[in-house]
Amino acid sequence: MICEGSEVILSVRDLTADVDGTQILKGLNLEVKAGEIHAIMGPNGSGKSTFSKILAGHPDYTVTGGEITYLGQNLLEIEAEDRARSGVFLAFQYPIEIPGVSNTDFLRIAYNSKRKHEGLEELDAFDFDELLQSKLNVVKMNPAFLNRSVNEGFSGGEKKRNEILQMALLEPKLAILDETDSGLDIDALKVVAGGVNELRTSENAVVLITHYQRLLNYIVPDYVHVMESGRIVTTGGKDLALELEARGYDWIREEEAEAIAR
Amino acid sequence: MIDVSTVSEVGNLGVATTINRAAYLTNLLSLRSPLTDDLRWLQEVRDRATARVQELALPSTRDEEWRFTDLSSLLATEFKAVSGEPSTISQAAIAPYLLPEAANRLVFVDGIFLPELSVAADLPANAFIGNLTAAYREAALRDRLLNQLGKQPGAEETFTTLNTASMTDAAVLYIPSNHVVEAPIHLLFLSTTGQASAITHPRCLVIVESSSSLTLVEDYIALDASVYFTNAVTEVWVEANAQVNHTRIQRDSQTAFHIGKTAVSQARDSHYTCNAISLGAALSRHNLEVYQTGEQTHTVLNGLTMIADQQVADTHSLISYTQPYGTSNQVHKCIVDDRAHAIFNGKIFVPKAAQLTDARQLSKNLLVSPKARVDTKPQLEITADNVKCAHGATVSQLESDEVFYLQSRGIDENSARKLLVYAFAYDVISQIPIVSLRDTLAANVRVPHRKHGSIA
Ligand SMILES: Nc1ncnc2c1ncn2[C@@H]1O[C@H](COP(=O)(O)OP(=O)(O)OP(=O)(O)O)[C@@H](O)[C@H]1O
Ligand SMILES: [Mg+2]
Repeated sequence: MICEGSEVILSVRDLTADVDGTQILKGLNLEVKAGEIHAIMGPNGSGKSTFSKILAGHPDYTVTGGEITYLGQNLLEIEAEDRARSGVFLAFQYPIEIPGVSNTDFLRIAYNSKRKHEGLEELDAFDFDELLQSKLNVVKMNPAFLNRSVNEGFSGGEKKRNEILQMALLEPKLAILDETDSGLDIDALKVVAGGVNELRTSENAVVLITHYQRLLNYIVPDYVHVMESGRIVTTGGKDLALELEARGYDWIREEEAEAIAR
Repeated sequence: MIDVSTVSEVGNLGVATTINRAAYLTNLLSLRSPLTDDLRWLQEVRDRATARVQELALPSTRDEEWRFTDLSSLLATEFKAVSGEPSTISQAAIAPYLLPEAANRLVFVDGIFLPELSVAADLPANAFIGNLTAAYREAALRDRLLNQLGKQPGAEETFTTLNTASMTDAAVLYIPSNHVVEAPIHLLFLSTTGQASAITHPRCLVIVESSSSLTLVEDYIALDASVYFTNAVTEVWVEANAQVNHTRIQRDSQTAFHIGKTAVSQARDSHYTCNAISLGAALSRHNLEVYQTGEQTHTVLNGLTMIADQQVADTHSLISYTQPYGTSNQVHKCIVDDRAHAIFNGKIFVPKAAQLTDARQLSKNLLVSPKARVDTKPQLEITADNVKCAHGATVSQLESDEVFYLQSRGIDENSARKLLVYAFAYDVISQIPIVSLRDTLAANVRVPHRKHGSIA
């Protein structure tokens, strides 16, 4: 929901970034306010995941220009773990497996790092378990998954649910969901979307990266952005997603070329 | 064998080293303690081994079996005989190492058996747990001792021979047929500062008769000791249809030397599992040899080496099949930090007679620092034609994507690295059937403290 005068959570200006010496982001601008849902669409390789990982603080990417302000602070000066603790959350396109670390332990350590950061007392295993059980309902996850190693042997859909479970637990201020819907069957999609909707408030914001407008039937965006070659080239309302699905991305390129010609 | 280099400048050096290597072992013999009167019967065994030691030289990196493990530092260190009274050790001093699950334990301090710290209770009738002197007093055990002590294949290997020639006592476990010993038995070999620079030759003889089962923990511990040399030999006889679960922990001091042999013979239908964990010693070598002597034997070898600084840890294993329908499953993992160097050599022999064998071997290595090194070599020699054999080796580093995944959930970089290293070690540690030991080891997983990369 768009509210006049609500808090600016994220402001990205003229962001450029490299990976291994190749420029990927080429002047990206985006402003996200509290209560809003933004969708970012765009062809493969346009830099969507790169952008999301830069927001989360991945060390492989070098920001070469522009700025990112998160809640009034320079995000680029904050370590990845402190970004997470202060409310930045990235649901990964490809969540990794960590054999040997139980999901419960992982979630508890993550949750307690955040509590510690907020000056709160850490939860013991017992209290944490209770909290976790309540969050399981959000993603309708089988508790058996908690005793398994993080993501190990999880199906694609189970990994994505696990990402949303982490989100439910960490209650981020800014959630970036990188293709959380890709490859999900319709039931899983509804569960994930329901989880996201349940967690959104007028205080936080969500950035959804997706290729499919189907997700946007369940999570209705306030803005739809199209990313192309490392920049956001078009922004519209939720109808833009329908148009993209029907017409592909080429017409945007053409319009852009025309605009430049003019 | 005298090997003279033809290059004149180093020619002299070459001779000097060769001579030192030959004299070295003989010199070590002069440090051994005499046998007590009760063990006179052992003199002949010792004498035979002594004669052989005098013909042997300390192996060099020119020996294929020692290619990566240079014993020069051992050669350069002076050791002393264990002398005088055994160190007095209180129950409190060993308390941190005791396993609540273990009802029985034998404690050796600087090679000397301490009955006051040992416990043998709750044993099945006719079973025996104790030292060699007491074992020989049991009439029923005498023949066993005479026929099985020092009788495993491979007993002529240099360090095993040195151990036999120097043996003054041994831990003896004997479980007669058809007994299930539920509680694990803990064998502790402690080294103390009371005997600085000591060389000890711990020895274990384990006999598990048909259809019996035993869980055993063999544990080498530094009790505030620093430089010393442990030259251990354990012989395990797993008779028909018996099951032995053997955990071996080498947690000697970071400046000690440890050379250990585990020799196992498995009769038909038997199961043997070894969980070998190497953490300590500046230089260590574990020779793990399993001889399957009957049909349908089953062998599981889990190995974990966790080293840092300048430690060198070498594991050489051998699974020797002779009969059909045998299986083996081996996983060896190394976590190597700083400038440490891990070596793994895994031999599996499958001769023509051993048809329908199923042998698997996996060597997985994690290098946590750019200067860390691992040499891993599977060595499968298969002449049988109807067998399943699979082997593989991987060397990996901590992936930045994995560290980042954890950081992106608010876990700081050091904790993230620790968690990932722990995860790597976990599937070996989790095989140990004793919860308290698993927990101790899990807590001991080293944290590779390092800052790398920069924020985006
Ligand atoms: N390490 C790297 N070195 C060089 N190029 C890279 C590296 N990592 C990513 N890229 C390139 O950066 C570009 C953007 O990749 P990114 O993953 O951000 O795209 P995306 O928009 O998320 O695509 P998709 O829709 O397929 O997920 C791609 O062309 C990719 O090949
Ligand atoms: Mg992507």
